[in-house]
Amino acid sequence: MLAYLIRRLFAAAVMLVVIVLVVFSIFFLVPKWAGVDIATSFVGKQADPHAVEAVREKLGLSDPIYAQVWHFFKGIFVGRTYAAGGDVTHCAAPCFGYSFRSEQAVWPVLTDRFPVTLGLALGAAVLWLVFGVAAGVLSALKRGSLWDRGAMVVALSGVSLPIYFTGLLASSIFVFGLHWMDGKYVSISDSFTGWLGGMILPWVTLAFLYAAMYARITRATMMEVLGEDYIRTARAKGLAEQVVIGKHAMRSTMTPILTMLGMDLGALIGGAILTETTFSIPGLGQAVLTAIKNQDLPIILGVTLITSLAVLVANLVVDILYAVIDPRVRLS
Amino acid sequence: MTTQRTSGRRKQALAAAAVVAGLLTTAACGGGNGSGSKNGAAGFDAANNKVAQADQVKKGGTLKFVSTQDADSWDTTRGYYGFMWDFSRYYSRQLLTYKTAPGATGAQLTPDLATDTGKVTDGGKTYTFTLRPGITWEDGKPITSQDVKYGIERSWAQDVLSGGPVYLQSMLDPNNTYKGPYKDTSQDHLGLKAVDTPDAKTIVFHLPKPNSDFLQVLAMVTASPVRQDKDTKSKYGLHPFSSGPYKFQSYSPGKGLVLVRNDKWNASSDPVRKAYPDEITLDISTNQTDSDQRLINGDYDIDLSQTGLGPQGRQIALKQNKDNLDNPVLGFIRYATFPTSVKPFDNIHCRKAVIYAADHVSIQTARGGPVAGGDIGTNMLPPSVAGGEGQKYDPYNIAGSGKNGDIAKAKDELKQCGQPNGFSTTIAVRNNKSQEVATAESMQASLKKVGINADIYQYDGSQIAGIIGSPSNVAKKKLGIVIMGWGPDFPTVQGYGIPLWDSKYILQSGNNNYALINDKTIDGLFDQYTTTLDESQKTQISTEINHKVMEGAYYLPFTFEKVLNWRSSRIGNVYTTNAYSGYYDFVNIGLKSSK
Repeated sequence: MLAYLIRRLFAAAVMLVVIVLVVFSIFFLVPKWAGVDIATSFVGKQADPHAVEAVREKLGLSDPIYAQVWHFFKGIFVGRTYAAGGDVTHCAAPCFGYSFRSEQAVWPVLTDRFPVTLGLALGAAVLWLVFGVAAGVLSALKRGSLWDRGAMVVALSGVSLPIYFTGLLASSIFVFGLHWMDGKYVSISDSFTGWLGGMILPWVTLAFLYAAMYARITRATMMEVLGEDYIRTARAKGLAEQVVIGKHAMRSTMTPILTMLGMDLGALIGGAILTETTFSIPGLGQAVLTAIKNQDLPIILGVTLITSLAVLVANLVVDILYAVIDPRVRLS
Repeated sequence: MTTQRTSGRRKQALAAAAVVAGLLTTAACGGGNGSGSKNGAAGFDAANNKVAQADQVKKGGTLKFVSTQDADSWDTTRGYYGFMWDFSRYYSRQLLTYKTAPGATGAQLTPDLATDTGKVTDGGKTYTFTLRPGITWEDGKPITSQDVKYGIERSWAQDVLSGGPVYLQSMLDPNNTYKGPYKDTSQDHLGLKAVDTPDAKTIVFHLPKPNSDFLQVLAMVTASPVRQDKDTKSKYGLHPFSSGPYKFQSYSPGKGLVLVRNDKWNASSDPVRKAYPDEITLDISTNQTDSDQRLINGDYDIDLSQTGLGPQGRQIALKQNKDNLDNPVLGFIRYATFPTSVKPFDNIHCRKAVIYAADHVSIQTARGGPVAGGDIGTNMLPPSVAGGEGQKYDPYNIAGSGKNGDIAKAKDELKQCGQPNGFSTTIAVRNNKSQEVATAESMQASLKKVGINADIYQYDGSQIAGIIGSPSNVAKKKLGIVIMGWGPDFPTVQGYGIPLWDSKYILQSGNNNYALINDKTIDGLFDQYTTTLDESQKTQISTEINHKVMEGAYYLPFTFEKVLNWRSSRIGNVYTTNAYSGYYDFVNIGLKSSK
């Protein structure tokens, strides 16, 4: 088990390094090939050549890419100092870069916004797991019934409708039409009930999309599992139906669900861009969208790393959970 | 295949947007405020170039701004967004500022920190100002002439404080001999020779040569005082030290800010600012539909960015809350320009052929129509700038009988250009501006009618300086038509047109004179303008410059931009001002109730 964990963590570290290299390449090589100087986008309308040169020096854009990558990694462990034109900015370890657009270190931005996105992703995940899996199981057990058909039509709608549609629709009805809720994001530290009120619609909207997918997968997997020999054996032995379904069938059904959950949760933690944009939630997705608009590479790089890390960690946790859920799986 | 997928998604998005717009409208019907002035709103266009409900304003309350974008920087040296300049009057003062009055009067200068508009001597090369008594920082210490000088000096530190306008350098130290206060080796870091501070109350500017708009530049936010011991250099924009009636309580980049009263500000020392609200808040939203709906819903009072309501918001507001809307002409002109380095646009007749062939009504529709897009643009000087004539000056009959395109004249110009069967060219347009892409498509369709085949090249909108701002890149990629927009930095022909039309401003990177206009007459007129102190003569020269630019057929103006801006029923003393290109003048807006 320990060896397995070490191997996986090592692989994750290598993967993160590769991701950093790819992101750096995209942001430095691609504009270079297109003949574009990133530094010019940091100066005003009347771009002074000296100012452009100074900005290039300040941001380290004149350094070779390998040097920039090295400074980045070094900064994570020992911090980093940016000095130019008599202005010294220290970025304490772990320094994941410094945004010269918003004049703030990337790490505090990530730690400030991560819990917001985590709250969104976890809350939605609970909803979609409960409702999606339950709907899928019921559909599988009552195959061909009105319930099954109805649930699958709703699921199909959930998969088909984009978040920016369902989100706006939900807001227009419940916030601006019926005035049932305020719909504004409030930090949990300011007000727990306010936070809850602001998160209900994003959770439901996000969960609607994912629950639909999970319901369809659960239904298909459950139907396949119910046809397995060991289920027939269990029933032949006279086990109660709820034990057959709840204990034996569900275990096998949950394996692909967990795989999906690991991927989805990881990706969502990296930034539910559409949901956060639609509901103006100040999470990682909103941060990265603004950063992309502003060509703010340090923030983009930081969020990309967090996303990758979240996906890797979520998958590792899922792999470990396999062994708990399904005794046939052994970690090696 | 990729195109088909994109097209399909666009259709899906458009269909979804249309359905949502309908539903939002329905929702608003239920909770709307009703039409007319029942909700206390002043009426449609009531604050457009006139003051709305000034007598209903009371002291106190919280004025709530919302915006879909944060400022580029709240540092007075670094900010370049128009709304930032407008908003910054809450926490910063200058020697001079704009009158707090609607329309053209609002573009006139009035003393702020200074006792008067300065004593001009030495043939317009020396300006002397005396500071008012009682002017203070947020900690109660007096604002001195040294603070003003230091604030101005910061503009030279472009290596640390990049982004802001650089007019002060070009007027006071055109050769950039000063390196900024952070590299200043003098003991007090006040080594800029062009500015003297003989005592704490007097400041003297020495210009190497006269510039008749120097006072305008002193009124820009870039000329705000900054106290040396409070200068946090590149991080100053996170918490500027206030010289105005409000100070920063909190600011979180990309999220929002809160300003509270600066209790050390003396109202008696400030003839400009009324400081009505107790608190001013700004929330940054990423979703325009949501923020528009919240404005209409009454959660916010005013849109900071002043770019107007989005399509859904407009639909709802025009139907349900028209009395809360103003439809001002902004100082911005949207246009296409023709780089003369790209053949056949080196020939004036080919340029004229494009101007005549374009369907100007179609372009106006692509920009959003007469209400949300603007009036058809007929020349290149905004009506809000002194000397601008609006649609009265229409040398190519753009808004008249030729508004749907004049094919016969276009073909005639093509013959004179030596391209009777037309030619091929490329239209460069930012990919993040859907309205600009739509205008490019409109041009493409109308030019085809006279045999001009135009490809559309969509580029990354954040890379203007390196793509269309690089003349060598424009020539290499043969970008014959460039679509852009421009607004004045200050409301004069110099503040608007000099970077666009003067040959001295042709740069190798970050160029804005995309047409590469190198006309000795135009350059000469700008030189004449900068040495002319008489305002009526300046206006006359401004008009003449505009005429010369239009006669050269370097531009196809699209629209004199208009927007539909929202003002809540809670606020009063609202008016648009030419000082900030037709935006609301934020500084003296008040609430009708202090609750």
